[in-house]
Amino acid sequence: MTYTVTLILGAAFVVTFSPVRAENQEHAGQYAQADIDYGLGLYRTTCATCHAEDGAGVPGVNLRNATPRAETDEALVQLIQTGIPDTAMPPGEYSQAELTALVAYVRTMGEVDPGNVRIGDATRGESIVMGKGDCTRCHRVKRADSLSSAPALIEIGAIRTAGSLEASLLDPTGTMIPINRPIRAVLADGTVVKGRRLNEDTYSVQLIDDNGRLRSLDKTMLREFTILETSPMPSYVDSLTEQEIADVVAYLLTLRGVEGL
Amino acid sequence: MTQRHRPFVVLSIGLGLIVTSLTAQETGVTFERLLNAVDEPENWLTYSGSYLSQRHTALDEITTTNTGDLELKWVFQAQSLQMFETTPIVVDGIMYLTEAPNTVVALDAKLGRVFWKYQYTPSQESRPCCGRLNRGLGLLGNTLFMATIDARLIAIDATTGQPVWVTDVADPRAGYAMTVAPLVIKDKVIVGVAGGEYGIRGFIAAYDAETGDEVWRFYTIPGPGEPGHETWEGGGDAWMHGGASVWLTGSYDPDLNLTYWGIGNPGPDWNPAQRPGDNLYSDSVVALNADTGELEWYFQFTPNDDYDYDSVQIPVLVDYPAQDGSTLKLMLWGNRNGFFYVLDRENGRFVSGNPFIFINWAEGLDDNGRPIETPQPPGTPTFPGVQGGTNWYSPSYSPNTNLFYVSSWENNATTFGVREAEYQPGQTFLGGTLGNPIPGAPRLPNLKRGEINNWTEAAGTGAIIALDPVTGDAKWKFEMTDVTTSGILTTVTDVLFTGGREGYFHALDARNGELLWRSAALGGVIAMGPMSYAVDGQQFVAAAAGNGLFVFGLPE
Repeated sequence: MTYTVTLILGAAFVVTFSPVRAENQEHAGQYAQADIDYGLGLYRTTCATCHAEDGAGVPGVNLRNATPRAETDEALVQLIQTGIPDTAMPPGEYSQAELTALVAYVRTMGEVDPGNVRIGDATRGESIVMGKGDCTRCHRVKRADSLSSAPALIEIGAIRTAGSLEASLLDPTGTMIPINRPIRAVLADGTVVKGRRLNEDTYSVQLIDDNGRLRSLDKTMLREFTILETSPMPSYVDSLTEQEIADVVAYLLTLRGVEGL
Repeated sequence: MTQRHRPFVVLSIGLGLIVTSLTAQETGVTFERLLNAVDEPENWLTYSGSYLSQRHTALDEITTTNTGDLELKWVFQAQSLQMFETTPIVVDGIMYLTEAPNTVVALDAKLGRVFWKYQYTPSQESRPCCGRLNRGLGLLGNTLFMATIDARLIAIDATTGQPVWVTDVADPRAGYAMTVAPLVIKDKVIVGVAGGEYGIRGFIAAYDAETGDEVWRFYTIPGPGEPGHETWEGGGDAWMHGGASVWLTGSYDPDLNLTYWGIGNPGPDWNPAQRPGDNLYSDSVVALNADTGELEWYFQFTPNDDYDYDSVQIPVLVDYPAQDGSTLKLMLWGNRNGFFYVLDRENGRFVSGNPFIFINWAEGLDDNGRPIETPQPPGTPTFPGVQGGTNWYSPSYSPNTNLFYVSSWENNATTFGVREAEYQPGQTFLGGTLGNPIPGAPRLPNLKRGEINNWTEAAGTGAIIALDPVTGDAKWKFEMTDVTTSGILTTVTDVLFTGGREGYFHALDARNGELLWRSAALGGVIAMGPMSYAVDGQQFVAAAAGNGLFVFGLPE
């Protein structure tokens, strides 16, 4: 009995006095990428069973477009915690960080995962990734694969949605995250360095070069410095069928890094 | 025996030094000293350095020719992982600063050693939109004043660090909060309330410095029957929840006895259709009688704001030398909406206004300074974005160069989505959504101030822009790869200090923008206004980066 009372009081306290806060928000309504990423993982394990990967799994409810029962972030927190009586939406116990992350992901999933995505056969997808797609020429899917400047895919399924994976396969340049843009630098001695940007400030740029080596360059010492806007990755819109794209997406979604992390 | 006593002797000497040092300020900081703060540049007595808020120092030890010799003197590490947005104040060798959310620290300004800490734990009921932080203290006599994140005003004894009185300013459960550094004028402590994202009704209020009793209150949204109330059209209760918050420190002209404050956005932020009319005094500057709080004049920058273009920026007061030899009493304002305004601070008359960055929400200003708006089609980017062309970062004005310096975000946009918002006490009241600042990009860039600049050039860049108040033209521009959240300090020796999100502390030549010196990477974002002071004749410059305060000076 005591235990029950404590739980109820605890829940009431959280609902009443702990609105979701993202401490690093520059503005209410904006969400940290780290929260969105964390929220995606939580969403998949706790919400997607009913709401589906694309947020439209419950008839009449499309989380990507609107949450009419929870106009504000605080209301969404409350709804996630208390559930909706007389519906299949159960109450959930989450930490403050988890609530922040779930809200961040749900509020932004319409932008990160537009459209309906076909998810095919992961086994066939693996064959395409290793064979016809020639993806591993640049990307690592296992730690033992050779290094290059391309982003490793080892845990891509844990940090990307199906929608963004499909979009990247079809339009790699248009979907390239700006920080990932390829760069070309000419050092003082004429050496050309090419790679993928990892970080940059006014005076320096950090990158992983085409040999998979981490490098940091002093921009004031460079002869040339160019940020390229075209991805080195080819589009698969013509070279793979729709079914094959769906299969590759299915396979990529299985790549979740180290189990337990 | 002798050896056993030695520690006590040492301790006694140590205490003696502290007592001596603190006793030196027993005379306290009078209103007269605040009025004439520029005459004692070794001290930094208010948030912006003086009532004119020029963030300019007359200290002249650090010059354009010796900045290369600057070295780190000491570092203070805050015991808080919140943003470090405070400007310290310094009086007679003692530095007072706030550590987020609401801890006050007194330090030896020369060594960085701590005398005392006063830790106030704000209520968990407070719900600030954008971080549990604080921007600094006010000071009168021997009493410090701190506005808290749960909307209380606390007076603290500057010698002992013990609280003297506390006043409840507003209800934090309804979304009211305070992050502002109080402004002391005469015997009053003036503060404003934040909460523009929670449907508050903003106000500025003055409290008796001795007792904490409220002396006057100016609502930033006029009530029924008051002039300006008609600008909340439709006859509903939009005015009751219309925001118009106040979260940066105002300025003061003693000759006019007017105190000037910038007012925040109307709410709901992004749905102006829910609050038809100009929505006075949101996005305005108000000039109030410092004794009574009565409105003398106002000027509205962005009527019926669609974009959250808070006008809370620091009002910079300038006595500008006119060509005919007269002195113009001006107010310079780099606004979040991307325009640089010059106003006559005697009467609020619009003198001039020009964009200082690329904008597309307006094509210009009319003869009265009212924007000629050019709303962008739904789903397309509006420049500047929601963070503005500038924001709360303190600008600076140098009477030496007669230039106004502003920290700006260039080529940063937002696509605004509109939706109906229902007011619920204490809940966010936004009226829309913010779209991707990189149109077409797959994900929102991370706004979090992490170690990685994933904003990149695609989402905008930062710059310090030197503006000529006469022409409105940029005299020079210092560009940074990342956007900047740092304020600006100028010196009488034409050095300009500023930081940025990259964590470098820069010294520029205020005349031409040339980079004179930069610190090593300080390991965190600089998100405060740099300030300067002197102890024993030695000049120091302070900047907070990440969670530390870094203090620089020349070799002894």
